[in-house]
Amino acid sequence: MKYITEFRRQDLARQLSRAIAQTVDPGRHYRLMEFCGGHTHAIFRYGVQDLMPDNVEFIHGPGCPVCVLPTGRIDNAIQLAERRDVILCTYADLMRVPATGRNSLLKAKADGGDIRMVYSTQDALKIARDNPEKQVVFFAIGFETTTPPTAVAIKQAQAEQLVNFSVFCNHVLTPAAMQAILDAPQPVAIDAFLGPSHVSTVIGSRPYELFAEHYAKPIVIAGFEPLDVMQSALMLIRQLNEGRHEVENEYSRAVTRQGNLKAQALVQDVFELRPQFEWRGLGLIPDSALKLKTGYADFDAEQRFDMSAIQASDVKGCECPAILRGAKKPKDCKLLGTVCTPENPMGSCMVSSEGACAAYWSYGRVR
Amino acid sequence: MCLALPAQIVAIDPATNRATASVGNVKVDVSLALVDDVVLGDYVLVHVGYALNKIDEAEALKTLALFAEAGLMSGA
Repeated sequence: MKYITEFRRQDLARQLSRAIAQTVDPGRHYRLMEFCGGHTHAIFRYGVQDLMPDNVEFIHGPGCPVCVLPTGRIDNAIQLAERRDVILCTYADLMRVPATGRNSLLKAKADGGDIRMVYSTQDALKIARDNPEKQVVFFAIGFETTTPPTAVAIKQAQAEQLVNFSVFCNHVLTPAAMQAILDAPQPVAIDAFLGPSHVSTVIGSRPYELFAEHYAKPIVIAGFEPLDVMQSALMLIRQLNEGRHEVENEYSRAVTRQGNLKAQALVQDVFELRPQFEWRGLGLIPDSALKLKTGYADFDAEQRFDMSAIQASDVKGCECPAILRGAKKPKDCKLLGTVCTPENPMGSCMVSSEGACAAYWSYGRVR
Repeated sequence: MCLALPAQIVAIDPATNRATASVGNVKVDVSLALVDDVVLGDYVLVHVGYALNKIDEAEALKTLALFAEAGLMSGA
């Protein structure tokens, strides 16, 4: 398949592996944070880690929206789904995320809640059109990639006067999370970043320039295919060797400096910054998430259902929070592969198809 | 969540601003609300039912050339 097969070629992976081995300074340790869970999975699925010299370490970042969503927000969604007049629409990734009291959306569905898994915001709109007697709430989560489709749905609902549709908004922002990691009181040692693939198709490479300059960290925007990850690692290693700290774009077939202006304009029209938002692992981060603007308040589920914040704690012993900061690796967690498995997850990082624990489990780094 | 697949546009319905895109042998219905100037034959990244961006063929070829260059450097 075009744009997939040629970016997974084994012969080229071997060549890149040799090129990286020849480029690294043996006396130096390279700590590269891949921000996105999509990169973490590419690294394990294709064995990229094994093609790297021992002194190149990947540190897994918080770029997994399901993983960073705090438990209280899942509890909020379950409360909504327990209402007889509500149909809750959600992306499938959220169904098994542990909520308070060993609950989950999956269990709430089994208990009779009308919860529908959707592939697209368009599916949620259709459910709203087909069920005018019900309140249809879309459980919106995701980084900048997934926000524009939510904005399109809200504008469409307004145009169609689809009054029974609303959005429980949990959209979060990548640059704010990067900054939180770099500004942490006890920051994790990171030499350089593999920048997001599809978030960057929307926001462009420009927002990262601040980090490259201010924090002196090289950043390479990297595609999600294994050769993209390896080439980007090579570019980061070269920057570090040469003492440079720039934003480079390996994923230029889809990412420009300015990004997708149409998508950005839609998001700006519909959403505004929340003063702060809680992230699992990273705590409260200012200006890190979006909510609906006043002009779209009619479609804001938090206002329509008068929802209030729920404080919840994570499962004891679960290392998800430290893993999301890059402070620990999944193999450092005592629960991993013993009591915590994809069938019976204790933390969100084991649930999501982008979670670091799920990557370790799925690709045999545990057993 | 941020995953997106490259797909080729095989049909466009201007009335609804939607298109049919092909990923291998699988056909998917996608919204064109987030992209401009998409024509038949274009490759787009499809994410949760939306075309997110067009894929630039010339840039893809440049990236593939970078991989080959690394191969030359490694003496393979």
